[in-house]
Amino acid sequence: MTLAIEVKQLHKRFSNLQALGCVDLEIEAGEFFALLGPNGAGKTTLINIIAGLTLPSSGSARVMGYDVVAAYRQARRMLGVVPQELVFDPFFTVHETLVIQSGYYGLKNNGRWIDEILHHLDLTGRAGANMRTLSGGMKRRVLVAQALVHKPPVIVLDEPTAGVDVELRQGLWRFMKQLNRDGHTIMLTTHYLDEAEALCNRVAMLKQGHIVVLDSIRNLINSLSGCLLRLRLVPDVLPPALLPLANSGEEGYHILALKDYSQLEGVMTALRMAGTQVLEMGVLQPDLEDVFVTIMGGGGSKGPATVLA
Amino acid sequence: MTGFFTLLYKELLRFWKVGFQTVFAPIVSTLLYLMIFSHVLEEHVEAYPGVAYTVFLVPGLIMMSMLQNAFANSSSSLIQSKVTGNLVFVLLSPLSHTEVFFAYVLASVARGLAVGMGVYLVTLAFFDVPLASFTWVFMFALMGSALLGAIGVIAGIWAEKFDQLAAFQNFVILPLTFLSGVFYTIRSLPPFWQGLSHLNPFFYMIDGFRYGFFSVSDTSPYISLGIVATCFVGVSWLTLLMLKTGYKIRH
Ligand SMILES: Nc1ncnc2c1ncn2[C@@H]1O[C@H](COP(=O)(O)OP(=O)(O)OP(=O)(O)O)[C@@H](O)[C@H]1O
Ligand SMILES: [Mg+2]
Repeated sequence: MTLAIEVKQLHKRFSNLQALGCVDLEIEAGEFFALLGPNGAGKTTLINIIAGLTLPSSGSARVMGYDVVAAYRQARRMLGVVPQELVFDPFFTVHETLVIQSGYYGLKNNGRWIDEILHHLDLTGRAGANMRTLSGGMKRRVLVAQALVHKPPVIVLDEPTAGVDVELRQGLWRFMKQLNRDGHTIMLTTHYLDEAEALCNRVAMLKQGHIVVLDSIRNLINSLSGCLLRLRLVPDVLPPALLPLANSGEEGYHILALKDYSQLEGVMTALRMAGTQVLEMGVLQPDLEDVFVTIMGGGGSKGPATVLA
Repeated sequence: MTGFFTLLYKELLRFWKVGFQTVFAPIVSTLLYLMIFSHVLEEHVEAYPGVAYTVFLVPGLIMMSMLQNAFANSSSSLIQSKVTGNLVFVLLSPLSHTEVFFAYVLASVARGLAVGMGVYLVTLAFFDVPLASFTWVFMFALMGSALLGAIGVIAGIWAEKFDQLAAFQNFVILPLTFLSGVFYTIRSLPPFWQGLSHLNPFFYMIDGFRYGFFSVSDTSPYISLGIVATCFVGVSWLTLLMLKTGYKIRH
């Protein structure tokens, strides 16, 4: 099976800054993949190298088997990129922008597909509007449309939902899911981890230019065995015996990280012994955000996994 | 080829949509030059025997406006795309560096010719300017605009801000144009300055272009055309190299 994206031993330096250090990544055709990481982790740099916008210091990247430098024409035909920055050409209307973008890829009569994209992104009514007159969210939609004019088998979206309203966000993801079902490979970056969790099958987490995690979302969440216990107590003090389990709490609540449900009994005993009354109790399942915090915390004792390890 | 024609079309549409600024305004300012200089200098100078100064001035001014507008077109388009970030659409596309180069240069040529033609047609209404050889006129108009279009690509790629581009224009393009014999024949200069003028490639563009109108020139038009063409080849080679390696545009 061809790999949609294949990155090998990729390094990137910007003068004295190591933006990417030895990144290896394989994404199979048909995957819905999330690239996560804090600001400055190197997500955009990695995407830019795959797109040919940035040249690697060493290592290689391929899209559908085509090297992004040596066979750039074929590689770029296979790839549609939604850039993170909100860019547009103020000289043209939405429709002109899309016709021109199609032309760059050698497509002359692309009207039907353009109309379909416009429809999916709810832009049909603005097709004749000048780019300058669009709101930020609408410009973002046009960027998505531009990335799709040539029906690329691999679609990369760099924070497509930043500054976008709920309706478009849902519409956009519905469209992406449909494209994914139709066989397109999709890679996205986002800071909304619930989005990544709901959509993607696999994630890579980047930290300071290195991939620190590469796994399916299910495995990652399962790796955080145990659960979080959310308590409201009277008096509002945690008995000393339970302090080692304490996790970052919210106002008026105590959060305890449990290795597994059998620990529950010990917690209840400790509370009873201390004469503490339980006003409210809830069990929270760990989610991708907990995985993210644990990993990016770099061994800090906040996440359940490290507390319970 | 569709990709190349699309980028060319986009570049043409870009200046055509703001044609008032990009074509009409330069025509008007060139005509103002013509009126002022001819008024001040008409009685004093006769550049070539039997050729009134104003008539002598017309081809020089046409060439100057073509060169400046050809340069302005590619350089301003590129820097605008760089500063606003929309160059990314070209950079993401499968267009080759050769296609990008020729699209920008040809769009520059088109704007140069449009402005030059405009100035020429308007001056015809006021002055009796002879046209000895359309072929020479066209050759020099084409080569001059293409050369300046290519230099504009270099400047647009090199400049990071608008003021750097303005500096390039004011300290490189403008002096080379003004000192190339637009307003005078270099025969009227002292020998040292004559020699220096011969090192200025812009001189050959203007001199050859003028030959097309009057069949008189300081240098043989064949030599001039050869020099201009050589410059174009050299500049194009450099521009293509910059585009190919992604100098300042692919980090
Ligand atoms: N052209 C450049 N020149 C110098 N440094 C750069 C350049 N582009 C990126 N960097 C640096 O490389 C590092 C990685 O940046 P990158 O944009 O890839 O981060 P990111 O993961 O996309 O962050 P964000 O979530 O904020 O978008 C940062 O430290 C950034 O400052
Ligand atoms: Mg980024």
